[in-house]
Amino acid sequence: MSVTYLEAIRAAQEKALRDDPKVFIYGQDVGRFGGAFKATKNLAEKFPGRVMDSPISEDAMVGMAVGAAMDGMRPVVEMQFADFSTVGLNQVLNHAATTYWRTGKPCPMVLRLPSGGTPGSGPFHSQSMETIYSHYPGLVVMTPATVEDAYSMLLEAIGMEDPVIFCEHKLLYYHLKAEALPNEAVPAFRARVARPGRDVTCVAYSAMLHEAVAAAEELAAEGYETEVVDLRTVKPLDTDTILGSVARTGRLLAVGESWPWGGASAEVVARVASEGFELLDAPPKRLNAKDTPIPYHPNLWAAHRPTAVRIAAGLREVLRY
Amino acid sequence: MAGPKAGVSAPPRMDLTESLGRAMLRARTVEDKLASLYRAGRIVGGVYLGKGQEALSAAGGVSLKKGDVFAPLIRDMAGRLAFGEPLIDAVRTYLGSRLGPMKGRDGNIHRGDLTRGILPMISHLGAMLSATAGVLMAKRMRGEKGNVGLTCVGDGATSTGSFHEGLNLAAVEKLPLVTVVADNGYAYSTPNQRQYACTDLLERAKGYGIEGHGLDGTDPDTCLEVVGRAVKRARDGAGPQLVVGRLLRLCGHGEHDDGLYVDEALRGSVRGRDCLVVMEERTRARGRGKDWERWREEAQREVDEAVAKVSAEPVPDPFEETWRATATTGATEALEEE
Repeated sequence: MSVTYLEAIRAAQEKALRDDPKVFIYGQDVGRFGGAFKATKNLAEKFPGRVMDSPISEDAMVGMAVGAAMDGMRPVVEMQFADFSTVGLNQVLNHAATTYWRTGKPCPMVLRLPSGGTPGSGPFHSQSMETIYSHYPGLVVMTPATVEDAYSMLLEAIGMEDPVIFCEHKLLYYHLKAEALPNEAVPAFRARVARPGRDVTCVAYSAMLHEAVAAAEELAAEGYETEVVDLRTVKPLDTDTILGSVARTGRLLAVGESWPWGGASAEVVARVASEGFELLDAPPKRLNAKDTPIPYHPNLWAAHRPTAVRIAAGLREVLRY
Repeated sequence: MAGPKAGVSAPPRMDLTESLGRAMLRARTVEDKLASLYRAGRIVGGVYLGKGQEALSAAGGVSLKKGDVFAPLIRDMAGRLAFGEPLIDAVRTYLGSRLGPMKGRDGNIHRGDLTRGILPMISHLGAMLSATAGVLMAKRMRGEKGNVGLTCVGDGATSTGSFHEGLNLAAVEKLPLVTVVADNGYAYSTPNQRQYACTDLLERAKGYGIEGHGLDGTDPDTCLEVVGRAVKRARDGAGPQLVVGRLLRLCGHGEHDDGLYVDEALRGSVRGRDCLVVMEERTRARGRGKDWERWREEAQREVDEAVAKVSAEPVPDPFEETWRATATTGATEALEEE
């Protein structure tokens, strides 16, 4: 018996719906159809009136959730693809995110974003949006990389008093499996050492965690031990865990699937450079996708995003200094 | 569509008419004071007035009851007061008092408190339609019945995608949402003919599959009757209602703006009438001139007292501010020096 990343997301939503009558799900095709990725399969039948199809209106979907959240509900909004959340961006950044600061009243809601690239998805169905959302105050941005985290972090997100942007990676949906759903969890705001090592730190999150671990295996064969840190949540950023790892290794490569200008990997490098300069034995490096829209053809796509091969090359460069 | 009423006999709902008139008077009085405080340099940022729109706005406020939700826009002082927002909230927000609902973190017309049924508006036009719909969805999911939502926009907001998405969502869900459009001729300086190409925004109701009500927004009795009817229709389960009131903004977009671009012919037309003058004339014609004088004096006293009180209240202190944008501990990025 095993459970996939997608099944974990569905199970977390089912548990939240069962445990808390304030929780409801709203999104395009999430009702009887069960969602474009089947993340809400069978939930409409199990929880009548609480899993509702929305019109194709990302702005109104989020705006509705803001109103419902302010009135005491806990909406979970599914964007069909993270890319389309740009249409609802105003309601997220200017409405949901500002409410607590402006009014002192919480706006507890979760925006689920099916994120990241898969072969053939192209420019408008592949984006990683965490950079934009992390920049704005008032939001929590989660980027789970494991089945266990997809489950426990989504439950924690739904229970949180703030708007949470939940970036779930589409590449992990069907293929990433765990033995069972977790009974206990690391708090969502803590990063995690996914693989211990003494020679170099590789900070990653979401699908990049698995590329980073594969790169670490490759380097292990060459005699270098890479410590892989899984950020889990990119906003707020667990700087202490990152600095702790860099204190052990003295070297850093930060990896992200998003575009290279700014973002989580830039923030990691900036913080280590400014708060942990003395810990470093080599200049900290970053690795991100190329600065173009995300390509359609698998050949181009595979070269656009950081992969285990490119991460291993980056790690060697940091180690060589 | 109802036109201006010829007669001045006692209207059918005298109590509401009095509430309407008094809210209009209080709104005009406090806004005149805010404008003078702005000119005196006591208010930073913008001051946005509802001059000429008090009747339509207050008609919404008096038609609502406890348990309803109101999402005013920038020219709805009268509606807010009619719905029960304490007048001092406006003064506190404009003067940045720490005792106000926004504590100096946000200002002027962005105030609101959903525990009182008022959503705090954001500046992005049309955004409050779906938020109001969300409150109504929440009530429906909890099995609460009989409450309506009312949101106000101007002609400019009807051009936004947010307006369309929100109204369509409310229509699909058949929510008891009343959207009152104050078509005041100009969105900032842009006239109607550069804003929309239909003859009348009321035509849009059909496209959304909802009921529409057009009216002369300068006529207080008509406003009360038509907005009241729309609210009742929504409350009775007839789904979203679109109310389009035609009137003219009798001030600039904000107090920084002299509004000289407003067409002189429009100013001189029925659309350019001052609804407060109409209200006063009707009240006097109904033999309640003395009451009007008393209401005016009461409003002036209330405003003077509020301004005096708020002027002595503490202002925000950056050293005592939490600087936390999130309710969850540890979710706001801490400053490095902390």
